Amino acid sequence: MLLGVWILLYASLMPLVDFFVFKIVNLPSDSAFTSALHFFLYEVPKVLLLLMLIVFGIGIVRTYFSPEKTRAILERKSLFTGNVLASLLGIVTPFCSCSAVPLFIGFVEAGIPLGVTFSFLIAAPMINEVAVVLLFGLFGWKTALLYVSTGLLIAITTGFVIGKLKVERFVEDWVYQIRSGQQGMIEEHVTFTDRFERGYQAVRDIVSKVWLYIVIGIAVGAGIHGYVPQDFMAGLMGKSAWWSVPVSVLIGVPLYSNAAGIIPVVQALLEKGASLGTALAFMMSVIGLSLPETIILRKVLKLPLIAIFLSVVTIGIMIVGYVFNFVY
Amino acid sequence: MIVKILGSGCMNCTTLEKRTREALTQLDIPATVEKVQDIQRIIAYGILSTPGLVIDEKVVVSGRVPTVDALKELIVANQKQEA
Repeated sequence: MLLGVWILLYASLMPLVDFFVFKIVNLPSDSAFTSALHFFLYEVPKVLLLLMLIVFGIGIVRTYFSPEKTRAILERKSLFTGNVLASLLGIVTPFCSCSAVPLFIGFVEAGIPLGVTFSFLIAAPMINEVAVVLLFGLFGWKTALLYVSTGLLIAITTGFVIGKLKVERFVEDWVYQIRSGQQGMIEEHVTFTDRFERGYQAVRDIVSKVWLYIVIGIAVGAGIHGYVPQDFMAGLMGKSAWWSVPVSVLIGVPLYSNAAGIIPVVQALLEKGASLGTALAFMMSVIGLSLPETIILRKVLKLPLIAIFLSVVTIGIMIVGYVFNFVY
Repeated sequence: MIVKILGSGCMNCTTLEKRTREALTQLDIPATVEKVQDIQRIIAYGILSTPGLVIDEKVVVSGRVPTVDALKELIVANQKQEA
């Protein structure tokens, strides 16, 4: 029933906003301000509605997965298969970067190769369900699919490459010496009602954390949409500038935003002529690499490995950006 | 009842502690609540994701932050029967 309400709201959004902006407030239809306002009023509720739907769905999917189950699956897999599985599981396993340390230790102890563990740790933040849905809502399924597949590609290959670099010596020694307890979680009996409740909880938790970023992000996007001249960004991020990919990625690496906040900015940039590969590369470098997670990983990884991790992922994102600009 | 919150200081662990204390207060169950932040001690419980909730040395939650009501159910379910 809730789904019906959702569909109704979603479908009536554009006509409502059109009506408001053009009839009630009666703004001229070709002014920059009208353009920006219309964009803002339409996108905010639309994005929030999409967000609620998807976070709910993914919240339920996640109740079927756990790091313990993921570890069991990855335990005896051969190298490349492990990278692929780890990347896929990184998308659906509930994981918070604050748990990076216990998870890393647990995986290492279970004998899971370092490269495979890295595939997981790269995929988990980079392929974000909030981003998938927003890309789908704003750009269509092709872009969303592109995002997921390139994210997977990056996670699989960078994890594989790191695994081949013999980086075991750069893991802090205490990780290999520690013996974790055998206990772990007791087996939970999760009813279907529980799953719905957790999905609902996920919506409350995530939307409450993220809504302000969405509003700000869309406001910035609206400003760009209304005010920045059509081809201004083309010079900066367009195909022709060969340096556009590395520059965007390098700008993106130290920035960290949750997916919801950055997507409207990406949208506005694309509308202004930025090429798809560059925009996606920018987005992935923003959400895939975060300073807080890097600091946390410092507890288990020595600096050379942190550097290798950051560089390999950054290069991977850049390559993807170039390939896309080339293909599109 | 001895309750331990396992977590290295991120927001989720703080929220779990707050909700656990609230649940215990609402249930009016006497318990000691200890926050375990040392990574070695956390690993000793064998969990893969924080935050974790341990009741009388049994891990009952790991990797998520249940609501106060859900926590109340968990606490009641894990109460030792006094002889």
